[in-house]
Amino acid sequence: MINLFGLERIFNPINGILRELGGMGLMFLNSILLAFRKPLKFNYIFKQMEFIGVKSLGVVVITGTFTGMVLALQSYYGFRKFGAEGLVGTTVALSMTRELGPVLTSLMVTGRAGSAMAAELGTMRVTEQIDALIVMALNPIKYLVTPRVIASFFMLPVLTIISDFVGIVGGWLVGVKLLGINEGAFINKMVKYVDLEDIYNGLVKAACFGIILSVVACYKGFHTTGGAEGVGRSTTESVVISSVSILVADYILTSLMF
Amino acid sequence: MDDKKTAIKIVDLHKSFDSQKVLDGINLEIPHGEITVIIGKSGGGKSVLMKHLIGLLKPDRGEIWIDGQDITKLKEKELNEVRKKFGMLFQEAALFDSMNVLDNVAFPLREHTKLSEKEIVQLTEEKLRSVGLAGFGYKMPSELSGGMRKRVGLARALIMDPEIVLFDEPTSALDPIISLTILDLIKETQERFKKTYVVISHDILGMFRIAHRVAMLYNGKIIEYGTPRDVKKSEKEEVKEFLKATGIPGF
Repeated sequence: MINLFGLERIFNPINGILRELGGMGLMFLNSILLAFRKPLKFNYIFKQMEFIGVKSLGVVVITGTFTGMVLALQSYYGFRKFGAEGLVGTTVALSMTRELGPVLTSLMVTGRAGSAMAAELGTMRVTEQIDALIVMALNPIKYLVTPRVIASFFMLPVLTIISDFVGIVGGWLVGVKLLGINEGAFINKMVKYVDLEDIYNGLVKAACFGIILSVVACYKGFHTTGGAEGVGRSTTESVVISSVSILVADYILTSLMF
Repeated sequence: MDDKKTAIKIVDLHKSFDSQKVLDGINLEIPHGEITVIIGKSGGGKSVLMKHLIGLLKPDRGEIWIDGQDITKLKEKELNEVRKKFGMLFQEAALFDSMNVLDNVAFPLREHTKLSEKEIVQLTEEKLRSVGLAGFGYKMPSELSGGMRKRVGLARALIMDPEIVLFDEPTSALDPIISLTILDLIKETQERFKKTYVVISHDILGMFRIAHRVAMLYNGKIIEYGTPRDVKKSEKEEVKEFLKATGIPGF
């Protein structure tokens, strides 16, 4: 019936998107439920925390620092017109903690660790390693997905705190040391206008983004078909879907929080 | 099934992918303690049949009886109990890339037994020795040749002393000499432990070397089943044609 009106061109993609969303939601729920079922696999979680957190540190520090620096530079030229250079510190700190810290960190981790997760799980799928786990009477979600989701949930806020910190330091370096803004004004106004809630909400966002990027990457990797080409496709799709979802979720979370 | 105990009984198994019928009413009784080889052309549904035996795929219709249970009706948790009786050697060995050889072979022991680490390492090294890979425990799978990977896969499949071992194309992509080594290892371990081995392959010559029983899968059905001698003498056109295609004298 739908075919008659040519509506399948509209409904098929929607159907596909809904199916994927449902699949991701179920995978997330399953991974969380399995986290509490014995035996607990702490070593797998710590290994993923190292991979997602520790090994992403370099890229997050560089991104955070330069973002803080460029923010200071841009806002300085704006504020100078009104003689409000003292607000540069506040601008940098608020932008970093509320928005750029969690979003840029998540996007960086998506590019570095999310893509690797999708590629690794995709390769495991096409080389039958996931089937091997099932044949050994082991649940692949518990062994492969749960550790990655939990590690991302905890490590993204940690990376975001670091990103916030180095971003503010970068802003201070450019604002105070390079452009000569009064250090007292820079710090006092920052302390005055940035609430703990700004930082806290940013970290909640980061934890949500951690779940998004890990679930998307694991789902895409897990459902890879078509050999090496399929692994490449899953990896690309995982990065694109994660990045877009993070930005959409960012808007929704921001509108709910602030 | 003569006087032999049946290890696996497949009844009227059907499976289609979209409109493509892959299994079209398979009926087969696999005897306990023997090597049963399922032959057939590539893409003919052999791997699909094997995946059903271990619950990786659910059939559209039909039954698979193992130890008095129809595994097609079991829930995942119950199915896992049945899976513990199985070992499987995958086509490309399916070793975990992130683990060395020893950890790969020891993995099922670590997950399913309460043995001490010392006992696990000892058992694993013993198993590696039995497949001719003593001293290879600390190599990564990427450092091994195809034949070595298959031998590690065999060691991993046998480490829990499973009742039933499945082999998916054990000699594919191997040179003739290494193929013979793998086949001899399969035969030797089966003779030693007297477990049920199910092998799927299109390597006819190799399979007739090890098989106690041969089943031929054709167009989604088992069209011939018996001892290698019976199958060689089959009067069915499809079987004759398939065996003749090997070009080997005597087939």
